[in-house]
This record gives sequence, C-alpha cells and structure tokens, in this order.
Amino acid sequence: MKFLNDPKKKKIAYLVLLVLLAVFPFVITNSYYLHVCISIGVYILLATSLNLVTGFAGQLSLGHAAFYGIGAYVGALLMLNFDVNFFLAMIASAVVSGLFGLLLGLPTLRLRGDYLAIVTLGFGEIVRLVFVNWAEVTRGPLGLPGIPSPSIFGFEISGRTAFYYLVIVLVLITLFVMSRIVNSGVGMAMQTVKIDEIAAESIGIYPIKYKLIAFVVAAAFAGIAGCYYASYIAYISPTTFVYNTSVTILAMVVLGGLGSIPGSIIGACILTLVPELLRFMSDYRMLIFGALMVFMMIFRPEGFWGASKRVKNIYKIKAGGAKNGSDSGDNQRHD
Amino acid sequence: MAQILETINATIKFGGLTAVNSVSITQEEGEILSLIGPNGAGKTTLFNLLTGVYRPTEGNIKFYGEEITGLKPHERVAKGISRTFQNIRLFHEMTVLENLLIANPDCHREGIWEAVLGGGKLRRKRQQGVEECEDILRAIGLLDKQEELATNLPYGKQRLLEIGRALATNPKLVLLDEPGAGMNSVEKEELSRLIHYITDDMKKNVLLIEHDMKFVMGISDRIVVLDHGEKIAEGKPEEIQSNPLVIEAYLGKGIPEDEDD
Repeated sequence: MKFLNDPKKKKIAYLVLLVLLAVFPFVITNSYYLHVCISIGVYILLATSLNLVTGFAGQLSLGHAAFYGIGAYVGALLMLNFDVNFFLAMIASAVVSGLFGLLLGLPTLRLRGDYLAIVTLGFGEIVRLVFVNWAEVTRGPLGLPGIPSPSIFGFEISGRTAFYYLVIVLVLITLFVMSRIVNSGVGMAMQTVKIDEIAAESIGIYPIKYKLIAFVVAAAFAGIAGCYYASYIAYISPTTFVYNTSVTILAMVVLGGLGSIPGSIIGACILTLVPELLRFMSDYRMLIFGALMVFMMIFRPEGFWGASKRVKNIYKIKAGGAKNGSDSGDNQRHD
Repeated sequence: MAQILETINATIKFGGLTAVNSVSITQEEGEILSLIGPNGAGKTTLFNLLTGVYRPTEGNIKFYGEEITGLKPHERVAKGISRTFQNIRLFHEMTVLENLLIANPDCHREGIWEAVLGGGKLRRKRQQGVEECEDILRAIGLLDKQEELATNLPYGKQRLLEIGRALATNPKLVLLDEPGAGMNSVEKEELSRLIHYITDDMKKNVLLIEHDMKFVMGISDRIVVLDHGEKIAEGKPEEIQSNPLVIEAYLGKGIPEDEDD
C-alpha cells in the first residue's frame, strides 16, 4: 500500500474506487450480490461509529445495537404513523439516538473498562425489552411491517440498485465526518483520554467531555444506519437489535484494527463477506468463522489495519513552516 | 514581589496515614522554589494537592490570591498550573509534535462542528498552534524529531518532551516532579539551561522536586524541606545546607555532595 503515501496517487486511487462502486450495479445484476454490498454498507456505518467510542476514546461499549434499534424504530414509526419524509425521519433518528447516547453516557462514563461494558450491555437489553413489551407502539415481537421507501422530490427510491446508491452516499458522508473528527483537536483529545486519563487531565483536558462527544456522535450515526435499514428491509422486529449484533459490530472494529477508520471498513467487509462465502459449508460455517477470529487475534492482535498505520501528523502542518500534504488528502473514502 | 502560590495548612489523610500534615508554603513571582526531602516525605503528594489530583482533607490552596482548593485538575490547568510526572506519562503512540499540540488550549478546545466543517479560519488557527509549539520544540531541542513517536525517544528526551508538553498549556507556574531523574550529567546541564530559559526568557515560574542535591542547590532561589509529611525547614540553599534538622532528616550524616536518589 506504499502508493497511498503520495497524496496525488491516493486521490486517483479513491477516484478509481468511486467509479468502480458507481458502475458495480450495471456489471453485476445479481440482486443477492447487491444485498451483500448493502449489508456491508450498513455495517460500515455501524463499525466506524463504534470505532469512535472504542477505538479512539477507548471506551468499551457492548450496546451499540441498541442505538441502531432506536434509530430504526424512531424512523419506522415516524414514517408509518406520521407520514414523515424518509430524510427528515433519518435526522430525527440521529437526534433521538444521540440523545439516548447522552442520557446513557452522562451517568455511566465515569465508570471504567469492564464496568462500562456491563452497563452498556444492560442498556442494550433494556432497549430490546422495551421493543418487545411496548406492544401498543412497537407491536412487540410481531415487528413493524410495510415501512415505506424514501422519496426525493416525488421520485421514489425503490429497488436494490437505488438503495445501493443511497447507502454509498451515507457511507461517504459518514467517513468524511468521521475522518474530520478523528484528525482534529477533538480526535486527538479523545486519543489522549484513551492512552492516559491522568496525563490528559494534567494538560487541561476534561476526559468525560470527550468520552461523551464520542458516545453521542457514535449513537447518532448508528441511528442513521437504523433508519436506513428499516426503510430498506421494510420490516423491523426486536430480533435484529440484540446483543449478538452489538458483539458482531465490536468484532468488526477489533478485527479491522482499533482506532483506525480503514480498519473498521475492512472489518465490516470481512465479517459480512466471510459468513456469506462459507454458506456452502452450512453447519460448519460458524465453527470455521469462530476459528478464523481466534487465529486472527493470536497472530495479528492489532487487527488488519491497526492504529499504527494512522496519519502521523494530524494537522498535516509541520513546525518550521513547511506544509505537509493538502488538507483534503486524508478523507479515507472507501467502501 | 507578588505571591503566586500559597498553601495554608494543607493536610491530607489516607485512612490513618497523614501524608501531608499542615504544610504552609508560599512562592513569589519569579523565584525557583524547590521541594526536597527523603523518600516518602510527601513531596509528590503535595504536588497532587496543588494540581487537584487529590483534594486536601484540611487547608486551602491559593493561586495568585484566588482560592483554587475545590477546582478539578483540568480547571487548574486553565488557571495556569501545569505539571510533569515522576514516572513519565507521555502519549506514547502520538508524535512529538502532537504531544505538544494537544496540550495547546486552542487545539483541544476546537469545536466538533468546526472540525467537521473545516475552512480557512480553522486552518489558520491550527497553523498558529503549530507555530507556538515550534518555539517550545526549539527550546527543548526536539525540532528535528517532531514527527517521531514519543515512545521512540531516548529517556532523557522523553523527560524534556514532558516539560515541553507542560509548557504548551501556556502556564504561569510549572511543577516539575524530579525532572532530572535518570539523566546523565550532560543531560542535567541541558535541563538546567532549560529551567533558566523557562524562568528568564518565558517569564514563567518553576516549582520543582529534585533529589540531586548539587542540582537543587545550584538552581534554587529557595528550598522547602519536607519530612514525614511536615515542613521542617525553609530558606536559601546555604541556610538549608547547614540546618541541623535537615541534616538529621537525611540520616544525620550531612548532605552528601553527589547524592543521586
């Protein structure tokens, strides 16, 4: 990947990748492949957002599926009951999920490590139980069917190809926002909190503030992913937003490499693709999948694309006047 | 001269142990004040009281006449107190420049919307932040190592970088906890020059803990001696050297010329 060090070549590589992604549905018309690609897109949204909390701010969260679920239910209910436009519903999903992130984070982010993991785990279960038991609103285990497709200026986005392009746009926006946050003073402050909280305090950083920012932003993006998912599948039920999903997202982040955006993308691709590719082995599929993860963690604990490959000069400005690379060269666009 | 720092009967108890017992010290603007004392005398604990890591059980701490006893560590940094640690606590996986940048108040106060939207104003602010760090990099002699990861620096340079990071917060008072520990004599000379640069050129105040008596006697304007959590002596280096209480605290054998730890 040496050629990626040259910002100009990097830009060309991203452009080529974008074009490939754009023409993909014309070349591959098999709708199963498109569905896999869309799943990868949704998981990229979820993994990159969790990566902000776990990889950059260093807080272990086992409840990411809860924010995903809150976004899905808020979006679905608004579209079904109030006929709200998809894009407005998506913003509402992001805001409500983000608010829940704030509510959960305010009292709990004082906890460290294992304790926080247990609290987020509990939160995930509570949210799932609310989906199951608040039957008047969520129809409980029956789920919500018939969620409408998005429409822009009267044109309805329906069919897999349209959803494919929509998820690519969402992924690009998310990656842009995430890489801007990560490569900023805010992102650096998050990393200092991960590395050493006492040292961070000694230079004037209030750790809880940066943990909260990470938590709220991640929850909001998970909410967006949930709203998209609800509209794409057109049906949601509590079984999607379970503990298992949280763990899968966390596995993507860890396998790809903590604290690295390309890592989360790679993790999301691999952990979505491998189970699909192993389908022919039917019963042995999850067994092999599990063994792969164990080997990976033994032989490459840093993940596929760990934080050591990150940009080494966050501002891309060198002391001594010389500028080092352009400002926009860092947006790790990838799908 | 104006009084910058004052502790009034500062006391902290951990269960039955009184680590710091009713210690009152003052520091005047422009003077280099040193804290010495045998191991376990409560020097670092007193630092932790000054920086807000611990809250005193009794007593008060004032900074430029303002009560800061109840402030959290990051709030005290904003008031102008910064510190280094006895066992180096750098952000090892970050570069030398990033270690300084993140301590710069403008850098970590960057807003999240500002960061996402970008723009020329932000870029100019960042450029200015880097320029401010440049002066510090030059002072600690690490300008050519700015893109090196902190963890790859030799030990003595890591100590200097930590002092640099404390300076990058733009403090009025820098607390140095054993800055010379583990340094060889050449590095100690470099350190001594740096401390004089901080006080004379940057016009900041320095309060330091140090075990190397030759170093302390050479650099300090005034010395406070702690033993078993209590202040046993205070005065100019010459006075401290001949103080019988101090000699007794150091096992009654006088102050050796070249004691190292």
